[in-house]
Amino acid sequence: MSRFVTNASLSSAAAAAVLAVGTTAGSAADLKYVSGAVGNAVEVFRTLVEPWEAETGHTVSLVPMPASTTDQFGQYRLWLAARNSDIDIYQTDVIWAPQLADQFIDLGSHAEDLAPLHFPSIIESQTVNGKLVALPIFTDAPALYYRKDLLEKHGQPVPSTWEQLTEVAQIVQDAERADGNNDIWGFVWQGNAYEGLTCDALEWVKSFGGGQIVEPDGTISINNENAIAALELAATWPGTISPPGVLAYQEEEARGVWQTGNAVFMRNWPYAYSLGNGDDSAVKGLFDVTTLPTGGGHDTSAATLGGWNVAVSKYSENQEAAISLARYLAGPEAQKTRTLVASNLPTIIELYDDDDIAMEQPIIPRWKDVFLQAVPRPSAPTKVKYNEVSAKFWSAVHNTLSGDGTAAENLELLEFELEELKGDAW
Amino acid sequence: MRSDITRAKHHGSGGGELSLEAQRRRAAFLFLAPMILALFFVAAWPLLRTIYFSFTNTSLTNLYGGEWIGFDNYLQRRELSSGRVVWRGTLVDPAWWNAVWNTVWFSVVSVLFETVLGLMVALVLNAEFKGRGLVRAAILIPWAIPTIVSAKMWAWMLNDQFGILNDMLIKLGFIERGIAWTASIDTAMTAVLIVDIWKTTPFMALLCLAGLQMIPRDIYEAARIDGVHPFKVFWKITLPLVRPALMVAVIFRMLDALRVFDLIYVLTPNSKATKTMSVISRENLIDFDKFAYGSAQSTLLFAIIAIFVSLYIWLGKVDLSGEANR
Repeated sequence: MSRFVTNASLSSAAAAAVLAVGTTAGSAADLKYVSGAVGNAVEVFRTLVEPWEAETGHTVSLVPMPASTTDQFGQYRLWLAARNSDIDIYQTDVIWAPQLADQFIDLGSHAEDLAPLHFPSIIESQTVNGKLVALPIFTDAPALYYRKDLLEKHGQPVPSTWEQLTEVAQIVQDAERADGNNDIWGFVWQGNAYEGLTCDALEWVKSFGGGQIVEPDGTISINNENAIAALELAATWPGTISPPGVLAYQEEEARGVWQTGNAVFMRNWPYAYSLGNGDDSAVKGLFDVTTLPTGGGHDTSAATLGGWNVAVSKYSENQEAAISLARYLAGPEAQKTRTLVASNLPTIIELYDDDDIAMEQPIIPRWKDVFLQAVPRPSAPTKVKYNEVSAKFWSAVHNTLSGDGTAAENLELLEFELEELKGDAW
Repeated sequence: MRSDITRAKHHGSGGGELSLEAQRRRAAFLFLAPMILALFFVAAWPLLRTIYFSFTNTSLTNLYGGEWIGFDNYLQRRELSSGRVVWRGTLVDPAWWNAVWNTVWFSVVSVLFETVLGLMVALVLNAEFKGRGLVRAAILIPWAIPTIVSAKMWAWMLNDQFGILNDMLIKLGFIERGIAWTASIDTAMTAVLIVDIWKTTPFMALLCLAGLQMIPRDIYEAARIDGVHPFKVFWKITLPLVRPALMVAVIFRMLDALRVFDLIYVLTPNSKATKTMSVISRENLIDFDKFAYGSAQSTLLFAIIAIFVSLYIWLGKVDLSGEANR
């Protein structure tokens, strides 16, 4: 009998302890934040969230995902379809909002003060039927990286057109190889058959005056003279100024060639800027960036609008803490830190005039020009069919680049396939 | 418990043998029940669910709201406003048939190489030599590495700029510049095959070795006394006797190869030269928001594998019985 009493009192004490722990856990949530890990994203995330953790008492851990956005999307899609509550906050690509809108909470009412600080176009891209799906944390627009030292050495200008780039890259590559630098290549970019190729090819097409695949009103514009000319020029690169393997490169492979000093030009996102100037980089201090070239006599260049946002899962059990983190990451303080440590582009307009940023990352204010020429991918007009549109586009481009059909043939076929996919309306 | 036994005894007085039989059957069923239940929930239920989805218009965003649309995901006849008739659906989708062809080609070539190489390795390992245990363990390493890891490892080894494979070939003077193994349409399938053969030969070797060790030693002894040539020993004794084990090994590998996914997804996910049935159905299921269409492809994949295996078993049996009659 006495043993029974002891047991009972013990277990009730244990229950009380569990209860107590339960209540403290309720006020201090442990969040899970999921994001692709490109470059030094994991370290940057730690630096960023420390002040937030100290202030709120919550903790957050990063669940790293593959660098490819296509892979990330597949996984997130599955988790959200299964109503998974393990992940509280998703870092989402700028193109995902229309496709995942139903699975995230509306941040509109939680960010009434915050939203007007950002570029209106970005907020608009994350708004689906009046619902603010995600808050922007940084934007992305690629630029042309070039080796100052090599261009100077061989007396070549910084190219302003794709045709000129092709020429200069060939000259410098030949001259360097003649000097015994056998591993040098003219131009590296992202040629793998994945979302990144859609970005690269959209830039070629748009800067040749060939439209943006599907126009904002939903018309399919890809099959035209200028787009064909753009792809025809690009198809001459693999094996001449670009390594043949460029057709399997994503961002990190391109950066690998660039950062070991083996490329004259590179098309990449801003993250490669601070990494390229790191102490372990062979090109530290030797390069600069400029806007991407134009082509075919067209006068404005184009940079695909990238960028990342944070969205709170509808199935999260810690929504309040998650919203607080989302607000923090999208706010001026975290964006400024992110800009300083990772050279990511802020989405808050006034940060482009910030003195600290101008001093530490002189590149950022200049990126404003790149950003002003940003072109969105057709995710808004094509809605849930965007992934398929993009996959068809990158396949057509990849086929053209690898010599499987001409640009004209592949784009004609693409137009037909897109018309069929579209049906009566997107 | 006790009353159970009495009842059983009581029943038993009716007809001894039958009740014992019934009792054993019931016991067997009780022992099997957990396994059957587990199999039902992890294998049969998902399969039935996939087949059901393939007859609906379900999407990933609305998993429970699909409506029954019959065979439209497989084959659908549509009349255009001009009166022209077009066929739609997986069964007339060239991308699907390309994937089927890739899968079959991949399976046949990889299984063929793996069987031949595996048998050769097994024959070596079956011989007596010093340090055999160590070699046997060492040869299993490629099989023990998770596919994702080995595929990623090979992706770097095959890289055109930093890859060790190209580096070695260049240093040996076979090629001028690095080959972009995974990027080029011409070499992508070869690259995938190389990695798969490297990875799976040890598994085949293991299964073959098990078969070889079942062969009684005295047959070899008799052959040796009669002075039979080693080649003849292999063709007339080893091969026929190891055949049943080899057949099973080939079925196992074939099943695995026909649903290959991870290796290709990591090495060459979007190359149409290597896209297999599993890869394309995942793409439709998840990336393209065509859940039902992808389910139809998964169902076809299941059907194709089932047909392949039954055919193989059937043909294999016919052969075996023919031999037994001889």
